[in-house]
Amino acid sequence: MSSVDVAIEPAVAAPAIHSGGVVMEERPFGIPSSKLVMWLFIISDACTFGAVLFAYGYIRNSAADWPQVFEAASIWNSLLMTFILVSTSLTVLFAVRAAQAEDRAGAFRWTMITAAGGLLFTLLHIREWLNLIGQGARLFQNPWGAPMFGAAFFSITGLHMAHVVGGVVALVVVGLSYKAGRYTARHIEIWALYWHFVDLVWMFVVPLVYLLNMKR
Amino acid sequence: MSQTVKSSGMGSTYAVYGAILAIAVVQVIVAVSMGPSLWRMLALAVIQAYLAVMFFMHLRDEKPTLRLALIPGTLFVLVMMNMIWADSFRLAVMKPFAK
Repeated sequence: MSSVDVAIEPAVAAPAIHSGGVVMEERPFGIPSSKLVMWLFIISDACTFGAVLFAYGYIRNSAADWPQVFEAASIWNSLLMTFILVSTSLTVLFAVRAAQAEDRAGAFRWTMITAAGGLLFTLLHIREWLNLIGQGARLFQNPWGAPMFGAAFFSITGLHMAHVVGGVVALVVVGLSYKAGRYTARHIEIWALYWHFVDLVWMFVVPLVYLLNMKR
Repeated sequence: MSQTVKSSGMGSTYAVYGAILAIAVVQVIVAVSMGPSLWRMLALAVIQAYLAVMFFMHLRDEKPTLRLALIPGTLFVLVMMNMIWADSFRLAVMKPFAK
């Protein structure tokens, strides 16, 4: 490939950067393509969660006897889970800062603390599931009212929990690989973005799923 | 890329962390004392999400072109999903023994 082929725009159109003797157009978004890919994944996943929450709203509206099942213990549990997840957003930022300072041990430690927080969150969530299942909630039946309550609750929280578990696995892999020198600070920063997104989704799940269905 | 995290500083990060947790507590207090209104819950969640996206995810430190590429398109899709509400209320009315 000649240099003429890769010189996409003339230098007068936009400030050009020189890379390996080849004139290239400046990055339009000012971020590496791997980070842009994560952002694109995040907005597509936001639309997926949006669609699931809208579907939940649809069946909730169309049901005459939507159950209000969450007691004080469940609300306290959801608040504790929020505290854990938001705190892991802070610890993953510590990991990013440590990685940018080339502190491999610190970055690894904070990444693992974040993953442990995610694991604790998942365990608390499974406890909540078992509590509801113990009371008779199933995917398409429950003792309280509209049979679709279980489908809505388990699919929304299950999809979120799958994201948390996926994030925990990714953080462990990235943390270990960063410690071993195979990955760079950029990898930790990109997965930190994903982790913040998981936190962000939870901010909508708690009020829409837990608080709106609180027992009064 | 690395400058995006450093430029914000940790002071604002701690403040945002505290604010997000405080809003979560306010959400519960509002839901218990005033009843869990959808709009109140949603408004508080949107504030939390804004803080998380701008400060934790550092979107405010990125170039405006990135914000322009990500935010309007996502909001457009989410707003267009609101078309389903009319149909969901129709189902409630048509349902036998509906309130």
